[in-house]
Amino acid sequence: MCSDVYTVYRVVSRRQESEGGASLVLDGSLRADPGQFVMVWLPGIEERPLAVMNDRPLSLTIRDVGPFTHAMCRLQEGDRVWVRGPYGHGFDVRSRRMLLVGGGSGIASLTLLASRSLDEGREVRVALGARTSSQLMLGWRFDELGIPVLYATDDGTVGARGTTVDAIEPLLRAGWPDAVYACGPEPMMIALGRRLRGTDLPLYLSFERTMKCGFGVCGNCHLGDQLVCRDGPVFEGEKVLRVLDPLAE
Amino acid sequence: MDRDDRSNTGAWQGPKLSVDLAGVRLQNPLVLASGIWGSAAGTLARAGRAGAGAVTAKSCSIEPRRGHPNPTVLQWGHGLINAVGLSNPGAEEECRELQAAKEQLGGTGVALIASVFGETPEAFAQAVLALLPASVDLVEVNISCPNVAAELGRPFALDPGPAASVTEAVRSVYSGPLLVKLSPNAPEIAQVARSVVEAGADGLTVGNTLGPGMIIDLEARRPVLSNRVGGVSGPAIRPIAVRCVYEVAAAVDVPIVGTGGVRTGADAMEMIMAGATAVGIGSALEDEGEEVFGRITRELDQLMRQLGIKSLDEIRGCAHV
Ligand SMILES: Cc1cc2nc3c(=O)[nH]c(=O)nc-3n(C[C@H](O)[C@H](O)[C@H](O)COP(=O)(O)OP(=O)(O)OC[C@H]3O[C@@H](n4cnc5c(N)ncnc54)[C@H](O)[C@@H]3O)c2cc1C
Ligand SMILES: Cc1cc2nc3c(=O)[nH]c(=O)nc-3n(C[C@H](O)[C@H](O)[C@H](O)COP(=O)(O)O)c2cc1C
Ligand code: FES
Repeated sequence: MCSDVYTVYRVVSRRQESEGGASLVLDGSLRADPGQFVMVWLPGIEERPLAVMNDRPLSLTIRDVGPFTHAMCRLQEGDRVWVRGPYGHGFDVRSRRMLLVGGGSGIASLTLLASRSLDEGREVRVALGARTSSQLMLGWRFDELGIPVLYATDDGTVGARGTTVDAIEPLLRAGWPDAVYACGPEPMMIALGRRLRGTDLPLYLSFERTMKCGFGVCGNCHLGDQLVCRDGPVFEGEKVLRVLDPLAE
Repeated sequence: MDRDDRSNTGAWQGPKLSVDLAGVRLQNPLVLASGIWGSAAGTLARAGRAGAGAVTAKSCSIEPRRGHPNPTVLQWGHGLINAVGLSNPGAEEECRELQAAKEQLGGTGVALIASVFGETPEAFAQAVLALLPASVDLVEVNISCPNVAAELGRPFALDPGPAASVTEAVRSVYSGPLLVKLSPNAPEIAQVARSVVEAGADGLTVGNTLGPGMIIDLEARRPVLSNRVGGVSGPAIRPIAVRCVYEVAAAVDVPIVGTGGVRTGADAMEMIMAGATAVGIGSALEDEGEEVFGRITRELDQLMRQLGIKSLDEIRGCAHV
């Protein structure tokens, strides 16, 4: 603790994550629930929300989309990051057979959920999607955990051609999952919501909004009457899709 | 005893929490402070439904503003420090949100307060004009933000003359209930209050964040806020806010929204004893969110019963001895 605000961590190892992404393992842990996030400050650059990819040791996975994420992806062993949190409400885990669906950097919100759920004796399967194979992230982490991964890419370079929603169709038909957990681009989550509408499968979605405080004061992260940082980032699917999906009733 | 306090049978219904804020009736004295939960219709209405007497939108200007880069809002152990930098979507978009908020609040009896700021007195007036279609219940004029000095110059609220010029400019275009938000940083806050009331303010919000303050990170060896400095709020500033309300209440005869560090029913009662009519609630949402309104109202009600107080009118300003 080197101010009243942040805990400072050092990067212990870095792993290139597809093109333009990185996973960083830090030199300490942080107790967090799966789905919670931290605010990470790089002095002189920016402070942004990132998912807790793993909590022991604290690990982050970043996709390079702008100034902050670019600087994060260039960090090397020994470099420091300033962290506050964890914040938000994570995934509500009650089901026995869990289907995880991730896209882009959203996948980082699902790995801790996967490892924690395995520890608790649940069955986990995952579908990961991206535009093309070189943009897929974190497949290795699920391999490490021994979780079967279904891949989907828009161009068919890895796995099935199409979306993760297409890729999970056989599992849904077979009635495999008790609940579905997803984090990724909003069009993906909306499509998933539409596919599951009318089934009684619980759907939990993790959302992203730009954040200033992270602890429910500034209002910057609102989604309808909800605050993503405080009430989320994980929401019951129906609750948010009512606001986001023009086709929802 | 007020008529409010009796049912048809004449039995006492418990302490009277409703207040009159510049002609607008609030069911209870708690007001969501400006800048907390932004200006989105959904969040404002949620705070209202949860039991705020009134809700204030985030301050807006004619043109949109991005505000400062992060870090902008931090918890430091005794409250918050922020340099959001008055980010807002501009008056046109704000007006649409306020209209939607008004609709969502329909029938709840919760008052809606718009907040405006500008670089010049004329810009304040223009922002108010742009919001008129939303027919909010009150307009609050924010002349006291301490963390935009680099761009907007010395806050108008520090001196009686400039504070009055803004008030006059707004008064000339808006005849509805008008609050002016003062700064606890003003060396002579009572004088500022007097000149603002003479210029036409119907009520005063006392006050904005204190400071600016600074937090330095020892490892980074630099201030944490990207703006370096920011306004301090929360429990750390409460005694100062109470003193400001006390001085202003002694100087002028308009209702005051006592704001700064209030977290409990006792804190709220203290503000009222200092002379406040209503009580602003801001940083206190950091822990409990909107439930803070119900809790403080219950605590206030309980305290009034314990102390044998039947109506807030009975104790308003009673500490002026
Ligand atoms: C709760 C939460 C958890 C998050 N977890 C992670 C995480 O684990 N890993 C991670 O890499 N990111 C995560 N993000 C997103 C991350 O915070 C943003 O990507 C980051 O703020 C971008 O900052 P920047 O300065 O790099 O780019 P900016 O300059 O802010 O943005 C650059 C460009 O990228 C676009 N952009 C911004 N965010 C995204 C996004 N999420 N996806 C696609 N395009 C985007 C912007 O619109 C802009 O055009 C999370 C966000 C939230 C709210
Ligand atoms: C994050 C944040 C943003 C704020 N934004 C505004 C604003 O836009 N306009 C304004 O008049 N006051 C703003 N304020 C000041 C509050 O309305 C309030 O006056 C101050 O925080 C003191 O009250 P509190 O201690 O209950 O928070 C802001 C405060 C915080 C913490
Ligand atoms: S980021 Fe401030 S309320 Fe969510």
